[in-house]
Amino acid sequence: MSDLLENFANWESLQQIYPLLLQGLRLTIYLSVVTLPLALASGLCVAILYSFGNRVARIALLVTIDALRSFPVLVLLVLIYYGLPFVGITFSGFWATVVAITLNNTGYFGEIFRAGLLSVPVGQYEAAAALGLGRWHTMLLVVLPQAVRKVIAPLSGNALELVKTTPIAALVALPELLRSAQVAQEQTYNPTPLMAAAAIYFIILWPLSRWVSVLEFRAIARR
Amino acid sequence: MNRIVANYFNLSVMRDALPDVLHGFGITLLVSVCVIVLGLVVGLCLGVLRLTPLRPIRFAIAVYTDVFRTLPQLVIIILLYFALPYANLTISPFATTVLALGGVLSAFAADIFYAAILAVPQGQWDAAKALGLKYPLILAKVILPQAVGLAIPLLTNRAIAIAKGTALGSAVSLPEMLSTSQSITAIIANPSPITLAAAFYLLLFIPLVILSRRIERHAHGEQHRAGARR
Repeated sequence: MSDLLENFANWESLQQIYPLLLQGLRLTIYLSVVTLPLALASGLCVAILYSFGNRVARIALLVTIDALRSFPVLVLLVLIYYGLPFVGITFSGFWATVVAITLNNTGYFGEIFRAGLLSVPVGQYEAAAALGLGRWHTMLLVVLPQAVRKVIAPLSGNALELVKTTPIAALVALPELLRSAQVAQEQTYNPTPLMAAAAIYFIILWPLSRWVSVLEFRAIARR
Repeated sequence: MNRIVANYFNLSVMRDALPDVLHGFGITLLVSVCVIVLGLVVGLCLGVLRLTPLRPIRFAIAVYTDVFRTLPQLVIIILLYFALPYANLTISPFATTVLALGGVLSAFAADIFYAAILAVPQGQWDAAKALGLKYPLILAKVILPQAVGLAIPLLTNRAIAIAKGTALGSAVSLPEMLSTSQSITAIIANPSPITLAAAFYLLLFIPLVILSRRIERHAHGEQHRAGARR
């Protein structure tokens, strides 16, 4: 038992490597803070285009959404980071990760917003038109607020999943939290840094995760 | 344009890489199936087990589901593979990926099954009891069939999303499709194998994504009709 503690929760190792972990944590937060709004915005754009589009545009957008949802995000990252330099386009590890996660989540968020927009009754559009509101005003002032309220649960769930995909940046050697922990492990020769990184992820994400569980539970109970 | 074709859609390169990529595809497929089966079976068991009045068991299950729902998948994979050996437990990349992703899916599935079981109206339990059915029989024949129907739309989405995580196995040198195509690309300095792998991923997951959209729409349709009847 004390052997296990010595390995998995070694106080000296922790003191030695915590600056590295903090630095990694900062990058993880930065990565999430940049990517989440980008993915939300592009998902919303796709969904709004869908609701304004004609039949052809709708089919094209649906195919785009499904294709983006079909790629594992790591495949997108590898394509961008290792594939694009062959035609002279080079992204840093940070921006490659941002682009990969944004593209992937454009599909997910696009699908969620699309479902939300579809759930708003036609009467709302008609009422807005009767009040003399234009297309964009109808969308922004009448439809969107109702649509977003209906999909808060899947939106938060997906936001959590997005933050949870940021460790893939470790695979393109970006020193975010996971990568920092791996580097630290090579210095301490015990898994304490990895355990500490996992603990940090858990402490930060658990409140959101718990809240998403509650929302999901309510959504099922209401069916 | 030619440069793009030569680099990403180089047919002769793809032909050479095809056997290896296909082998990787087989592993990706196998891991995905194992993850889904393991995740759903364990999830169903935990979801049912959580109905117990024993608090310690309920608490243990809640801790398990929250840990696996909260930690990033890659962190769990790395932790299993690089930390467990220090406790004298060494597992293969294949087992690591299946256990990690299966664990994550089982946590989500447990919560979904549990909520779906509770969503079955109390009257169903009462009616089954009035018919003289024993508890296991009530659960298996009356409650679960209804609960599973409720759970399926949510489960398909989760199962697909998590099965896509098999690509993360490349982090622990599981020779699945992505890492295979990546290493060929590194050797021959041409990314066409990665394009090929990407195409196989589309082939595998597009039907599933479309299927899940159908199932979801079907579920919502039923809901609307049920609403209209009321």
